[in-house]
Amino acid sequence: MNLIIFSGPPSSGKTSVILKVIESFQRRKINVGAVKFDCLYTDDDKLYEKAGIPIKKGLSGALCPDHFFASNIEDVVKWGNKKKLDLLITESAGLCNRCSPYLVGVKGVCVIDNLSGINTPKKIGPMLKSADLVAITKGDIVSQAEREVFASRVSAVNPKAVVMHINGLSGQGAYELSTMLYDEKQHLHSVQGMKLRFPMPSAMCSYCLGETRIGQNYQMGNTKKMIWEDGEK
Amino acid sequence: MKRLTIAQILHQYPFTVEFFQQNRLDITGFEQLCFEDYLEQLDERELEEKAIDPKNLPEELNEYIRQMSIFLGLEKNNKVQSLTILPGHDKKAVPENFDELVILPSQIVAIVGPTGSGKSRLLADIEWAAQRDTPTGRSILINNTLPDAKWRYSPNNKLVAQLSQNMNFVIDLSVKEFLRLHAQSRMAENEQKLSAEILAEANKLAGESFSEDTPVTSLSGGQSRALMIADTAILSASPIVLIDEIENAGIDRRKALELLISQDKIVLMATHDPLLALMADRRIVIRNGGIDAVLETTQDEKKLLEKMNRLDCIMQTARRELRAGKTLHPEKIFV
Repeated sequence: MNLIIFSGPPSSGKTSVILKVIESFQRRKINVGAVKFDCLYTDDDKLYEKAGIPIKKGLSGALCPDHFFASNIEDVVKWGNKKKLDLLITESAGLCNRCSPYLVGVKGVCVIDNLSGINTPKKIGPMLKSADLVAITKGDIVSQAEREVFASRVSAVNPKAVVMHINGLSGQGAYELSTMLYDEKQHLHSVQGMKLRFPMPSAMCSYCLGETRIGQNYQMGNTKKMIWEDGEK
Repeated sequence: MKRLTIAQILHQYPFTVEFFQQNRLDITGFEQLCFEDYLEQLDERELEEKAIDPKNLPEELNEYIRQMSIFLGLEKNNKVQSLTILPGHDKKAVPENFDELVILPSQIVAIVGPTGSGKSRLLADIEWAAQRDTPTGRSILINNTLPDAKWRYSPNNKLVAQLSQNMNFVIDLSVKEFLRLHAQSRMAENEQKLSAEILAEANKLAGESFSEDTPVTSLSGGQSRALMIADTAILSASPIVLIDEIENAGIDRRKALELLISQDKIVLMATHDPLLALMADRRIVIRNGGIDAVLETTQDEKKLLEKMNRLDCIMQTARRELRAGKTLHPEKIFV
């Protein structure tokens, strides 16, 4: 089985891109399944169901979604193999733009959209920077100039990635993306022992443990303070 | 590269400023170090704070320099002199009805066919420089040979620039700042001259003129289109421009097309507006996912176009008069 990890900021068009990519796989008779990771709520699983593919969703709820991903990806791969999939796609939103779910040795695709503004490539961390492919969406509603500036900034942050423009509505570019994703020779049975491409932040403070009160007295562990000049506050 | 200091890198490859900025690397004060030593001296905490991976960055900088050098060199020497489309088949595997279609710079080809007939697919084939490896089985030749892989994979070398129907500016900048930003991303040398030229051309296309200090988001529909077209014509690196219907409001469409072809662009235009479709010398008819016919615009059609242009002129004059708050008089409009 092939595994592909899709990631990207909320509402960037991940599901639309993946569904269009899946259409081209289905035409090639490749057996695809998907797992959708989200935080509190998603009904995207219905869209996958409608596309007629096996789908499983995982809500991280009270946990950091990237931690949740890392603790569940192994079972996800087991599920995919049990379903005898040729290709398993996982989709997860990078909610704070800091982390990335990509694994070393597994293809990672970042979906970002032109509407998010030209400073976005700089704001997103490893989720964009360590992706193998970057799919830029919503190009049909911004100017050619903005598309060019956006793409050039993406490639400054991640020069090694293949950058593609995908229209999630018409599907333009999705077939081409699909040809870069599937590798007949890859047979992934397990991800046990594989590594994240980038470590998550070492956060562990009183708020991680359920503290709700504000104030210096209640803060413990790994906390960080803004820098204030003398007399500024 | 390894032995160069950051100052030397910046001097030799000025565009690397962008790399340092976009990667949030503050190199001020460290210009005399080589890049690897600079990364070395960042402490663990800072690396985690900024989510920086020092292992891969030197290699990425090399890759960035390599790509940008190709891009800059390419603009100077490597022009697209012809685009050739070789036939594939439609959705039902019926072979397409033409031998080969060669389009040269400054030529306009119209694309007609109902929604969903396969216009996007045709465009995607060109954009991807298809080699019988897309669902239509078409192939694309550039300068009569197999296209270089850069057209597919390099983010800065896209074959096709697109002007679609519902495009907007989302960026919050003045016209001047916007053009400067675009010019910088293209590493253009004479930003100011180019910006002035684009603004002048855009104003020739737009019904109402605007200045370089106007915020792009407050331009009217016609002004936005005019600016986008002028900018694409003059500043975009892509040799092929695809236009998806230019609306008739607030913009001189004929001049817009003339501007694009004056910049040696290959223009493909999806339209059902006779004034535009007949301006092209050829039109591609798409049906059921395939190219059903390639028609030459006939002499009769060209004559018809003249008549229709006169009608259009009447409509435009009436529109102008109305805008100026005048009362319409038949004898002034039907000249």
